Amino acid sequence: MDAVAMYQFTQQSLPACKPVLTPAWVTTTFFLVGALFIPIGLVSLHASHSVVEIVDRYDSECVPDLFKSNKVVYIKDMSIHKNCSRHLKVHKHMKAPIFIYYQLDNYYQNHRRYVKSRSDQQLLHGLQHNDTSSCTPEESSNGLPIVPCGLIAWSLFNDTYSFSRGTHKLRVNRKNIAWKSDRNHKFGKQVYPFNFQNGTLIGGGKLDPNIPLSDQEDLIVWMRTAALPSFRKLYGRIEEDLNVDDVVVVNLLNNYNTYSFGGTKKLVLSTSSWLGGRNNFLGMAYTSVGFSSILVAFVFLLLHVRNPRPYGDTSCISWNRKSISS
Amino acid sequence: MRGGMGKGIHFSKLYTFSCFRSKFEDEHGQLGQRGYSRIVFCNDPDNPEAVQLKYRGNYVSTTKYTALNFIPKSLFEQFRRVANLYFLVVACVSFSPLAPYTAVSVLAPLLMVIGATMAKEGVEDWRRRKQDIEANNRKVEVYGKNHVFNETRWKNLRVGDLVKIYKDEYFPADLLLLSSSYEDGICYVETMNLDGETNLKLKHALDETASLRDVRSFQNFKSTIKCEDPNEHLYSFVGTLYYGGQHHPLSLQQILLRDSKLRNTDYIYGVVVFTGHDTKVMQNATDPPSKRSRIERRMDKIIYILFSTLILISLTGSMFFGVDTKNDIRGGELKRWYLRPDKTTVFFDPKRASLAAFFHFLTGLMLYGYLIPISLYVSIEVVKVLQSIFINQDRDMYYEETDKPARARTSDLNEELGQVDTILSDKTGTLTCNSMEFVKCSIAGVAYGRGMTEVERALAKRKRSRPHEVTDSSSDLPECNDHVVDSGKPVKGFNFRDERVTNGNWVNEPHSDLIQKFFRVLAICHTAIPDVRKESGEISYEAESPDEAAFVIAARELGFEFFERTQTSISLHELDHESGRKVNRSYTLLHVLEFSSARKRMSVIVKNAENQLLLLCKGADSVMFERLSKDGRLFLAKTMDHLNKYAEAGLRTLVVAYRELSEQEYKSWEEEFLPAKTSVSAARDALIDAACDKIERDLILLGVTAVEDKLQKGVPECIDKLSKAGIKIWVLTGDKMETAINIGHACSLLTKGMKQIVITLDSPDISDLEKQGDKEAIQKASRESIAKQIGEAKAQIIARKESSVTFGLIIDGMSLDFALTKSLESSFLEVAVNCASVICCRSSPKQKARVTKLVKVGTGKTTLAIGDGANDVGMLQEADIGVGISGVEGMQAVMSSDFAIAQFRFLERLLLVHGHWCYRRITMMICYFFYKNITFGFTLFWFEAHASFSGQPAYNDWYMSFYNVFFTSLPVIALGVFDQDVSARLCLKHPLLYQEGVQNILFTWHRILSWMLNGVISSMIIFFFITNSIVNQAFRRDGHLVDYEVLGVTMYTCVVWAVNCQMALSINYFTWIQHFFIWGSIAFWYTFLVIYGALPLKVSTTAYQVFVEACAPSPFYWLATLLVVVSTLLPYFAYRSFQTRFKPMYHDIIQRRRSEGSEAEVSAELPVRVKEKIDHLKERLKHRES
Repeated sequence: MDAVAMYQFTQQSLPACKPVLTPAWVTTTFFLVGALFIPIGLVSLHASHSVVEIVDRYDSECVPDLFKSNKVVYIKDMSIHKNCSRHLKVHKHMKAPIFIYYQLDNYYQNHRRYVKSRSDQQLLHGLQHNDTSSCTPEESSNGLPIVPCGLIAWSLFNDTYSFSRGTHKLRVNRKNIAWKSDRNHKFGKQVYPFNFQNGTLIGGGKLDPNIPLSDQEDLIVWMRTAALPSFRKLYGRIEEDLNVDDVVVVNLLNNYNTYSFGGTKKLVLSTSSWLGGRNNFLGMAYTSVGFSSILVAFVFLLLHVRNPRPYGDTSCISWNRKSISS
Repeated sequence: MRGGMGKGIHFSKLYTFSCFRSKFEDEHGQLGQRGYSRIVFCNDPDNPEAVQLKYRGNYVSTTKYTALNFIPKSLFEQFRRVANLYFLVVACVSFSPLAPYTAVSVLAPLLMVIGATMAKEGVEDWRRRKQDIEANNRKVEVYGKNHVFNETRWKNLRVGDLVKIYKDEYFPADLLLLSSSYEDGICYVETMNLDGETNLKLKHALDETASLRDVRSFQNFKSTIKCEDPNEHLYSFVGTLYYGGQHHPLSLQQILLRDSKLRNTDYIYGVVVFTGHDTKVMQNATDPPSKRSRIERRMDKIIYILFSTLILISLTGSMFFGVDTKNDIRGGELKRWYLRPDKTTVFFDPKRASLAAFFHFLTGLMLYGYLIPISLYVSIEVVKVLQSIFINQDRDMYYEETDKPARARTSDLNEELGQVDTILSDKTGTLTCNSMEFVKCSIAGVAYGRGMTEVERALAKRKRSRPHEVTDSSSDLPECNDHVVDSGKPVKGFNFRDERVTNGNWVNEPHSDLIQKFFRVLAICHTAIPDVRKESGEISYEAESPDEAAFVIAARELGFEFFERTQTSISLHELDHESGRKVNRSYTLLHVLEFSSARKRMSVIVKNAENQLLLLCKGADSVMFERLSKDGRLFLAKTMDHLNKYAEAGLRTLVVAYRELSEQEYKSWEEEFLPAKTSVSAARDALIDAACDKIERDLILLGVTAVEDKLQKGVPECIDKLSKAGIKIWVLTGDKMETAINIGHACSLLTKGMKQIVITLDSPDISDLEKQGDKEAIQKASRESIAKQIGEAKAQIIARKESSVTFGLIIDGMSLDFALTKSLESSFLEVAVNCASVICCRSSPKQKARVTKLVKVGTGKTTLAIGDGANDVGMLQEADIGVGISGVEGMQAVMSSDFAIAQFRFLERLLLVHGHWCYRRITMMICYFFYKNITFGFTLFWFEAHASFSGQPAYNDWYMSFYNVFFTSLPVIALGVFDQDVSARLCLKHPLLYQEGVQNILFTWHRILSWMLNGVISSMIIFFFITNSIVNQAFRRDGHLVDYEVLGVTMYTCVVWAVNCQMALSINYFTWIQHFFIWGSIAFWYTFLVIYGALPLKVSTTAYQVFVEACAPSPFYWLATLLVVVSTLLPYFAYRSFQTRFKPMYHDIIQRRRSEGSEAEVSAELPVRVKEKIDHLKERLKHRES
């Protein structure tokens, strides 16, 4: 047997499957793709539609009229209270857990300078790890190292939200919003913030120096950088159902400066399905690819039937027209 | 005759008194001057003067590298490739903060690629080194101070050393022959390693030194040699020996070259003249011209295109980046404050935005470097080596009789084999076997010999209405070997069957005395050397050409056994026609008048036992017939008739004649001849020719010999197939026109319906002019005649262009000379290209090379030259591909070829099957390579556009650097090595398929750019489908969002799936190997991801747990992958579907027919064949075991 296999191998005559694009195969494939994709698409669309999502952009509404023309001054002015309240109407029953996200647009968390400006080792080992050169320009202030160092931590998002329905305050669960591996392996349990936001220029939020980094889930979520300039981050979960026509009042502190670079801020409340959040694109793409594939199959069949050409006819091959000597 | 004899005649002339020509004779005067300054102190290498000269030792090194310079030199070789240099620069720059990824991840693949190539170089060089060591440490006996011969190593030899070489030993350096075991100081030398010729050459010591045969006689031997400086001319030597107060001119006759072998001589003494790298063979060792395939040259252009694309998109990126960066501070206010643009390095400094943009341009060059496939060169190299192994392994190109498989001597030209437009073939030894067989003769007007030649059979076949081909070829087989059946014991070179002559019956024939003379001439008039085997007493001959061997063998078989040759005599065992017994007869050899292509004849002058002086002569009919005496023309008419018949039958003919000389006549002639021979002027050749001419007159015709050069097996079928594949075949031969035309018919090069165009100078008016002898007039008339003939041919071709008539062009050597001049070249080419087959007869080696060059340069298409002898070397090196036939004529052609096969018929398989496959594989592979790198590279670019062109790669560093090495490379290599569009059998059945390569339709710019476009489209689908479907919303039930890490993994997964599935779609041949590599690569990506993600955070960085924790549990991840992969493949699939159905290429049609079963393939036919072969193989294995 081995000799046979070896012989076939060296003579390049191994048993092989030689697929050929016969019309039957082609149409079957296209129909199959259609038959597979359209249901998947419909199921995905259904999953997407089952998700209820409330999106509220608040960055400009939460600026007092006085500052509407100069939002940057407003946001930078520490003396002004940044309180703001928003009313969100629930248009469809929302089943717990309801995820609370904040969304930033035109914010380049994927900028190379930004992405690199962190020290994984310091996050894990704290001050024991001295080499924080990767954290520039936020590696130290006043001659002391910063924990956590780097631009990402420094620009921590610091708007806060609280929710109430009528007079009843909605409980927001802010635990377990970060990835488990991040909490357990990337951020040290014994590492406490140190010398954080003590510089001349204050970036974003501050951290409680008495809580270890592994418990600072806002920071952990923030430090997991987003892929695209428009992104959402998990803020917490509301663990009770919201009913149709409920009005949720959001009290928020509009601290974070997105005005300088023309970004926007949104608050998002969303349920989830097995497929995640609400986005029709996947379903739409599946169905349209499915439909177009069936269309192609029909066109192909039509052309195939309309142009019956015996296969052996080689006259259409351009280079065959040249007379090749017999 | 001419072709065969001409080959061996380069430098060895048998006797010192033979017409040895040395064109350097005149240069003896230059000794001591520039270029001729070497002084050798024989037997006195310790002489202070000799030491002062500081000639190099005998140590040789043929290695490319030494231990010291290996690293720098091989690195230098590596980085001469633009792509590699680019990657080196990138690797260096990647240590700077400019780099978008870590330096190690760039260096690792580069080191792997470079390391692999360097290792290959190293191993090759190590082999050479081992050979060197072996050669340098061989033992040789040197005459020492203690006056005896001591053993020493080759490398310790010095110039001036006196050495003793024994039988069958190699010469350690270039030696001056002093004396040999023979009294007269001759020795035989085999120069196989130098020029590939297997025949023995005779060397002759000076008479003055030939007596130094005793060890004691060397005690006082001291002399000096002055000679030329080391040079590479194998066929010349100029020097003088100062010995015994006199000076003696030295020639090549006294020089024994390194790497040749002493044969038939017990020992020789010699003095070392050139050592080590000064020896002629080492001076000759130059690398053969390196050839690159067309595909590779175009590939370079594509690389340049990709470089331009790379620069373009980096430039775009850096411009956007510059603008974005500049805007980060406007009017003293920070815009993107989270980037701290106020406190930054130059790379992101808004105040120096243009400089930052420039640096970013460099970053971009690195980042988008994935457009340039780093592993392309190395993959192609690996693939080609593996392809060559398959070519070497092919059982269908293995010639059992000589145990010679096909051999790809270079792997660089595999795909070029699939693009051959014109084959230029030698005839003798290539189309024919070059084992000359004496088949017929005509003596005294009576034709003897009853055998039927292949050409005659072909002629007969053409006359008959063609029966079914299969039965024909099967009936051919027994016919081919019929002489075996007849005579019982086949004799090589002898296929003469005629009971009137064999077994001594010739004594009863009417002209038995003439028959006796005829065979005597054959037995005496030659330059062969007998080799008597002691055990059996059998005699074999070392002859300069197979023709000559055939004559001597024929004479032996018919009772004139030549068994001994000395300097001055030739001895035969002769059958006495009166007594019928064997007697010894010895002939005193007086002179040998050499064969030359100008004289076209050779003669010997001998004195027989009866003191009769005889001139025995054989030569071409064109010169012989006019030299016959009046009485000698007795049978002329009949003989000429026979001669023409033989020529028509494709036989090589020679006329045999003799004359008796009177003592007086001979004496007076000799007086004229000797001075001519010893003269040292430029006119020497002419003088000798004139002298010879005087004696070779008034000959008496004896008869004509006819020697068959058999067509090789399968040649007609092979040529038929090749021309069906649209390959034009030119035969370049030294033969006469008639022979060439007949051979052309026999090997179906010329067919019945073909219109023959003959261009020749063989017209009456030209020969009239020739008689007048006005050279200029001849030149002018010839040129005009040729121009006219070419013009007529052109007109003929144009006139019949529309009809289906094909043309065959036949041109002879003389005309070719004119046709190849500047003014006629182009029109000649135009005519020739429009002919289906071209035969150039009587062409010289140089003409062959010139014709090859003309076709190569003139048509710009791929040419393949095939030949077997040293005279084809020029042609083989000139052509795009040189194919050597590893046949009987030594190894010279094979050594300078790119591929070597044992039989012409294997060319069919080499081209139509391997050539086609390799072409297809390599082109597919290159296209696919660009596709996969563009797909990958452009996803990076799209991501950049969404990361404000900051240079942040979308993926983890290691994903990227492993892309070309692990996740996508093996399937491509599998494609390059194993893919087959159609099986070998169908390749041969549909030779037209070969045109795909000739017209290069699989590697047109259109196709290449389409693949690139496919890559861009795929990258767009991957990036935009993923980002749009994933934007913002949670991708899992637990509300988690897609971040940078997850996006990278998802996109990368899609890329890996897409390019590997694209591969699965594009190949036509799935064996377990393909399945293993393709699905294995995808599986490996997931395995890698899991393992890499499980490594500590420090190593895995952004890949930490990302697959296991985030992606795998998310149905969205899997659904998105499915959607994207199918969507990227659909455009290509749709295109292929429509194209296969509505505008199919030839291979599509064949595939389709096969799948429909109209090809009656696989199920029935193939397994039977395979089974037979396997049985055969098993049997062989058994044999080996037992």
